[in-house]
Amino acid sequence: MSTTKNLLVGIFDDDHTLIHAVEHIRHDGYKIGDVFTPFPVHGLEHALDLRPTKLHTAGFMFGATGTTFALSFITWISTINYPVNIGGKPHFSLPAWIPITFEMTVLFAAWGMTLSFYYLCKLWPGKVNKIVDPRTTDHLFAMTFDLDGKDEAYIDKVSGLLKSNGAIEIYKKEL
Amino acid sequence: MSHFESPIREPLITGNKTWKDITNDIVVNTTGDIKPLWLISVLISAAVAAFGVFCIGWEVCYGIGTWGANKTVGWAWDITNFVWWIGIGHAGTLISAILLLFRQKWRTGVNRAAEAMTIFAVVCAGLFPVFHMGRVWDAFFIFPYPNTRGPLWANFDSPLLWDVFAISTYFSVSLLFWYTGLVPDFGTIRDQAKPGTTRWKIYNVLSFGWVGEAKHWERWESLSLILAGLSTPLVLSVHTIVSFDFATSVVPGWHTTILPPYFVAGAIFSGFAMVLTLMLVARKVMKLEDYITIAHVESMNKILLLTGSMVGTAYLTELFVAWYSGSIYEQYAFANRALGPLWWSYWIMMSCNLIFPQFFWFKKLRRHIGFTFFISIVVNIGMWFERFVIIVTSLYRDYLPSSWIDYRPTWVEVGLFVGTGGIFMTLFLLFCRFFPVVAIAEVKSILKISGNQGKKQQLEEVKEQKVYENVEINY
Repeated sequence: MSTTKNLLVGIFDDDHTLIHAVEHIRHDGYKIGDVFTPFPVHGLEHALDLRPTKLHTAGFMFGATGTTFALSFITWISTINYPVNIGGKPHFSLPAWIPITFEMTVLFAAWGMTLSFYYLCKLWPGKVNKIVDPRTTDHLFAMTFDLDGKDEAYIDKVSGLLKSNGAIEIYKKEL
Repeated sequence: MSHFESPIREPLITGNKTWKDITNDIVVNTTGDIKPLWLISVLISAAVAAFGVFCIGWEVCYGIGTWGANKTVGWAWDITNFVWWIGIGHAGTLISAILLLFRQKWRTGVNRAAEAMTIFAVVCAGLFPVFHMGRVWDAFFIFPYPNTRGPLWANFDSPLLWDVFAISTYFSVSLLFWYTGLVPDFGTIRDQAKPGTTRWKIYNVLSFGWVGEAKHWERWESLSLILAGLSTPLVLSVHTIVSFDFATSVVPGWHTTILPPYFVAGAIFSGFAMVLTLMLVARKVMKLEDYITIAHVESMNKILLLTGSMVGTAYLTELFVAWYSGSIYEQYAFANRALGPLWWSYWIMMSCNLIFPQFFWFKKLRRHIGFTFFISIVVNIGMWFERFVIIVTSLYRDYLPSSWIDYRPTWVEVGLFVGTGGIFMTLFLLFCRFFPVVAIAEVKSILKISGNQGKKQQLEEVKEQKVYENVEINY
């Protein structure tokens, strides 16, 4: 199903060193395949120049959907489908509907965003991802380079860069 | 990473930990042989839970008549427990959501367990209104769905329906928030196991295949922040809506505008008390003293003091407003609470919630583990009595003296309550054994700045400055 990839892996043991290494290596014009860290490293997304996530925009849209759904559904029920006369009070009693509308907004936004998150990251129960180095969920940081179609000179150059930027281990891996 | 934090601020992780140590210290609790103490605790809890299920079965078979609740005191022991459990379920989301928005780093040590507690407490709470319906097989009538009865819809103007939406939204959003935080930590536990083993496979399923890519972390952080932003008004809305169940009625003692903030403060108060009760034990048994430090305990005690004082102020305000309202029914309701046949429950509430937390003005007591444990138990009891006072003493002497009645719970009601305690403890113990009890990734991310070595280093850097001249710190 999936093809194997040849990777060059550089292992770091400090988040600051990692960020500086990412900056230097990218500055020299080399393309970093991926970076794996045991915890969220602030500043890494800028160093890697990742496109800022639009998850929060999605969250807003889901929330707005929830608001609209709740308000229109309750309005339809209470004014059109089954209007009940309660002491002559208006059928369209907006203030009383605010709590449920709010809850539905939060419910839609939270579920929509969370499911989008797992969809975008392609994570689900039972998913088996290839693990570059199991120590990256523990205490080390890994930077990978795609080696397919690259020559020995490229490998030497990148290895040298990793080393001079503080990598504690450099190895090739087929994944 | 780059921001400055005063070296005087207490470290939140002690014991010269490294990232590797953090992984090991938390993961070790999920490995190895099952300890006899844990097994005995689980068996006892499960037995109690089983008795609770038996009591539920008894009630379902023979009807609500098996409870002491009656026509005058329609909401009694049952709704008291519902509100009590829901209140306990407020600390977790408060810690993870509100303290995240306020950038309080001490939340990282306790948020995971507190969130778990939230979810288990809401599970327990949900049982009470459901079984209070009597004909529980018709419980789905509360949801607005097209039906053959008209269609007859739920009443969207009723606080009881708002409650259905509030509690179910709160439960499901808390679950998402908690689980999304757990995913990276399950990845850590998985990678500590041998690939291919059953243990590896189970934790891989739980971790959704998490590997910690930079892009995933970026999305994860964005998601956590927004879920926190959503959960903050949510947690405040839930107990507000619970208080609407009371405040929108015309029962003297309930029909007050102070109820929403008063209930929310009370919920946070009781939630933190429960977190302290359980975590003080867990940190000892699971050797987490370096992650849940005295500084954490003190921070939580400060919140207990704050919310306890808010609740106390609300009690006194209620009394004043009852007198000032000039309404004889309102005045009678409060006089009857304090001096009527159930006066003792009122004074238990007053002393446990208003007086005892005031000891936390003293720093020595805030940092005393044994005393904190004692106060946390006192507050748990006090907050149960608060709900009992609000519900039972407002109802049992109603407008018609001919319907005045005494209220006594039956064994079925008490059994149901004790049973939910068993359910809660069983779930919590299972959580302690199989899940990462401390948020591993989050604690790692604050280690450099808030760990004790980090603090020492920060002090070295600024020692020359005049303000730090006389500072002496031993980390």
